[in-house]
Amino acid sequence: MRVNGADEPLDIQPQVSLLDALREHLGLTGTKKGCDQGACGACTVLADGERINSCLALAVQYEGREITTIEGIDHPLQGAFVRHDGFQCGYCTSGQICSAVGMLAEHKDGMPSAVTEHAPAGELSPAEIRERMSGNLCRCGAYNGIVEAIQEVAR
Amino acid sequence: MRTFSYVRAPDVETALRAVADEPNAKFLGGGTNLVDLMRENVERPDVVVDISRLPLTGVEELPGGGVRIGALVRNSALAAHPLIRTRYPVLSQAILCGASAQLRNMATVGGNLLQRTRCLYFYDGASACNKREPASGCAAIGGFTRNHGVLGVSEHCIATHPSDLCVALAALDAEVEVESTRGTRRIPLTGFHRLPGSTPHVESALEPDELVTAIELPAPITERSRYRKVRDRASYAFALVSVAAALETGGGTVTAARLALGGVAPKPWRAVEAERVLLGAPATEESFRAAADAELAAATAQDGNTFKIELARRTIVATLRDLTSDGSAT
Ligand SMILES: Cc1cc2nc3c(=O)[nH]c(=O)nc-3n(C[C@H](O)[C@H](O)[C@H](O)COP(=O)(O)OP(=O)(O)OC[C@H]3O[C@@H](n4cnc5c(N)ncnc54)[C@H](O)[C@@H]3O)c2cc1C
Ligand code: SF4
Ligand code: FES
Ligand code: FES
Repeated sequence: MRVNGADEPLDIQPQVSLLDALREHLGLTGTKKGCDQGACGACTVLADGERINSCLALAVQYEGREITTIEGIDHPLQGAFVRHDGFQCGYCTSGQICSAVGMLAEHKDGMPSAVTEHAPAGELSPAEIRERMSGNLCRCGAYNGIVEAIQEVAR
Repeated sequence: MRTFSYVRAPDVETALRAVADEPNAKFLGGGTNLVDLMRENVERPDVVVDISRLPLTGVEELPGGGVRIGALVRNSALAAHPLIRTRYPVLSQAILCGASAQLRNMATVGGNLLQRTRCLYFYDGASACNKREPASGCAAIGGFTRNHGVLGVSEHCIATHPSDLCVALAALDAEVEVESTRGTRRIPLTGFHRLPGSTPHVESALEPDELVTAIELPAPITERSRYRKVRDRASYAFALVSVAAALETGGGTVTAARLALGGVAPKPWRAVEAERVLLGAPATEESFRAAADAELAAATAQDGNTFKIELARRTIVATLRDLTSDGSAT
């Protein structure tokens, strides 16, 4: 597999998820397992720059794709999350950051959302950020800080 | 998850051959539903044929004003496509109301069509479920039914089809192109999904060896179309009720209407009774209410989902009002 810019040889069964391959086989435990069913976003990673849920991905399906995990991310969002208290326990945070990196790229590309529909992609309002980040739950309820952190970086 | 063998198909022919002689094979699109159900041991394929790299990712304009959508187009790419956003806004909106951005980046159009119900008893191996285990009973009836259907259901199964995208496709007169080693055929979307009757495990007209290759949409009756979704939270939740509508008016009268409902039936529900009432009627709230009443006359509810009938009525009226309220209905 290609993970964070390096080739990682892996000998695994086809039923192993991308999430388990990263955590259990490659020791990249920054990516978290919350629900293991696509419902929380803790496992979010980037595949060729697009955010996906690694718990619903079979690792074998992503052979040759460029996977980026939190260990491979160096982004202003990380400092902004600290400054704005964008977390409490931190369990959802790597997923939030990977998701936000993907989200900012989508927004730049003109991807619409259920909030904008046909409006041209302008500045990201809090309502936009909440909608575009709705795939990442935070059990600690650090949403206000998360939204502020993302808004600061998006400016 | 049970073990299985994995085949990656580089082209359609390889994919079709891989399932032709293998009765217990499954295609893998984005995997967002199949992998989940395999982990729950609801789906137990011996062979998984990965079709995610098939070159069926085009969105092309057809002569005559329609559009052809490859089965492997990602939900996010379809929602963002300029042709879809301008000519079929209801489709773009329906997709953007569904799941999360991560899931839409993974999910394919073909997989969205064939996703299975979110009935919790269907997921729970300890519950009776005629869909998962034919003739075992239905734990939902008499159980927790907030998410279950009120139209087209049977005494054997009251589950809903969970898709948003398909509701828009039903309103847009989509056709599904399917292919097997035996040839190619086309199925209207409204005939693609089956009602449960006494065989709720049979969910579509697709044969096990058939691959969905494309969806075709005819030219829209109007570019004035809209999707409204009502759910338990503002985002990232399945529909309690949803409405896809396209409405054309002239001289204050409805000249063409397309209406489909989600969250209320075992299939994306084309509201033909409502359309009949709307056609030629004045474009007023009274007509919209009469249309909703006509469609919902046959509705049957359980203890937990009676609210859906009134909610569907109000959502139909509100969606049609949205389409006439900006002054362009003359
Ligand atoms: C937490 C969560 C929330 C969700 N919320 C919503 C929502 O609000 N609205 C909504 O509409 N959806 C929602 N979804 C469902 C999601 O949209 C579907 O899981 C997705 O569209 C399925 O597409 P896929 O490509 O991942 O399918 P897969 O999981 O790959 O496949 C699903 C089924 O389709 C079959 N299949 C796939 N492609 C083909 C083909 N070309 N030909 C024949 N058979 C094929 C597979 O064999 C399998 O049986 C949600 C999912 C999750 C996990
Ligand atoms: S409603 Fe259908 S899917 Fe749900 S338990 Fe009953 S038979 Fe199974
Ligand atoms: S662990 Fe993947 S979405 Fe929750
Ligand atoms: S910081 Fe604890 S779950 Fe988000």
